[in-house]
Amino acid sequence: MQFGIMSVSDITRDPVSGTTPSEAERIASIVRIARKAEEVGLDVFAIGEHHNPPFFSSAPTTLLAHIGALTERLVLTTSTTLITTNDPVRIAEEYAMLQHLVGGRMDLMLGRGNTAPVYPWFGQDIRQGLPLALENYNLLHRLWREDVVDFEGHFRTPLQGFTATPRPLDGVAPFVWHGSIRTPEIAEQAAYYGNGFFANHIFWPPEHTKRMVDFYRQRFEHYGHGTAGEAIVGLGGQLFLGRTSQEARERFRPYFNAAPVYGNGPTLESFSTQTPLSVGSPAEVIDKTLGFREYAGDYQRQLFLMDHAGLPESLVMEQLEMLGSEVLPTLRAETQARRAPGTPDAPTHAARVATQFPDGVGRQVRPLANRGDNVTGGSPYEDSEFVATYPTL
Amino acid sequence: MTAHRLVVVNAGTSDPSATRMLADRAAARVTRAAGEVGEEVRIDVVDLRQLLPELPGALASRHLGEQFTRAVDLLAQADGVIAAGPVYAAGPSGLFTSFFQVLDTDLLIGKPVLLAATAGTARHALVVDGEMRSMFAYLRALPVPTSLFAASEDWGDGALEGRIERAARELVLLMRSGFARAVREETWGAYQHEFGSAGDTGEVSVDTDLMRLATGGRYTPRAN
Repeated sequence: MQFGIMSVSDITRDPVSGTTPSEAERIASIVRIARKAEEVGLDVFAIGEHHNPPFFSSAPTTLLAHIGALTERLVLTTSTTLITTNDPVRIAEEYAMLQHLVGGRMDLMLGRGNTAPVYPWFGQDIRQGLPLALENYNLLHRLWREDVVDFEGHFRTPLQGFTATPRPLDGVAPFVWHGSIRTPEIAEQAAYYGNGFFANHIFWPPEHTKRMVDFYRQRFEHYGHGTAGEAIVGLGGQLFLGRTSQEARERFRPYFNAAPVYGNGPTLESFSTQTPLSVGSPAEVIDKTLGFREYAGDYQRQLFLMDHAGLPESLVMEQLEMLGSEVLPTLRAETQARRAPGTPDAPTHAARVATQFPDGVGRQVRPLANRGDNVTGGSPYEDSEFVATYPTL
Repeated sequence: MTAHRLVVVNAGTSDPSATRMLADRAAARVTRAAGEVGEEVRIDVVDLRQLLPELPGALASRHLGEQFTRAVDLLAQADGVIAAGPVYAAGPSGLFTSFFQVLDTDLLIGKPVLLAATAGTARHALVVDGEMRSMFAYLRALPVPTSLFAASEDWGDGALEGRIERAARELVLLMRSGFARAVREETWGAYQHEFGSAGDTGEVSVDTDLMRLATGGRYTPRAN
């Protein structure tokens, strides 16, 4: 089981101090937060993708590559990469490059994005959001697995004899999590390809998450990737720690009350009762988190939202310290003790290389001498036999 | 035999409330009209005033608290609804409108609804048919033909009693027809329902164009 943090990259006024960090401060801060996550023993750092203020994360691969260079163990991922408004060819290239640069310590989570105006900025139509996501992933899947791709779809210009470069590290595509709140088609796609399914989880009552996860697990089994219990599930979450539950609530309440997503809305208590939000002592947070498996089953990745709603960096660092020292060891031990035999670990690059290449050595592609183009047949790589299936021009 | 389940939604906020009084009189007539044909009515009342503490959360983030959840459960089971609210400033009160606006739009499909409003002046008389009725049309509910409206002076007028009688009988006829259940059983698939919505039957169909696209198929949009 992997534990980590996810950031939506919001730049929000700190309601206690009244100050709003600059973009520069917040970007520098997120790098320190990610490094801290590794230092305190977390496994994963995830960053969202947005293209409008007040968010800073428009270029997640650039940020993750930088963090990758400053860390050694942390798995870097997104929460989420927009599979709708990004060209799947660019996603294939950028994330394969990231995969090389961080030595396989990455994966990515795909989502549709929830800001209507972002679609036209990138030449797309939000009414087509779901089919765009589905078709784009079908293409992305092939771009990482086939050296030469012919493709004709509804949304993008056709590809003929196209090779996405660089090829994935060791010949193994980055692992993909499909993120969804309430779209069974996304769960179905994750199941069909044997990919991971990530339920955002926050904002929603447990019964809702359970239904989506159950559906994905059943379909994963249906498609022959393993039993329902072996399906790869991730969950979101949100926590704030204090020495006592009272202290945690007192300190978090002003941030909760002013938070962009639920400010002036539900009370902290009501939201904590009905959603996975955990605000309390280490013991309370541990109990609540361990309760997630009761409806989601044994799962592989738990990400917590932490650096949002204007929480200053010093407070986030303090929270990370507490999480690492007073919550994580128990969570790891208890999760391990409770999980059913045969529950798979979260996928890692090394494990995926070992599965795909039983001798343990991944593919190392070497291009053939430059042919000047890539549309006139033959494989572009020394080790791969390719038979052209497209019309030869 | 099972009783018809009637849910009274009352947006009146004072106690006693003229709106609640009108709703109760209508509910009593519904019970009597059903009784005349040997049928029972079970009544649950949702007083929206009690939902006020949860309204900000529902409006801000569609986060429904316990009281809201109970109201939604009752409405989901309802065979008929009496929706009654006061008129403020030429429109149904904000509480009345807000309540129905945060509900899932699938919740009331095909359900017969008796609409009722109270006001201080007869100048608000068209609010029920002009505004309430259009909102329930949007929700694809089935408002009964006769609407109830009671301005202050109407409480002393026997004509109000006659309208209550008529509206109640219309509601009973629609409940007895089983229309709402038939819609659910026979034409439910003709509506678009989101996963987790009130229209969700619990089964996910994988036999759709989008599901085929999800599993590597081609997307071929249909002309509308």
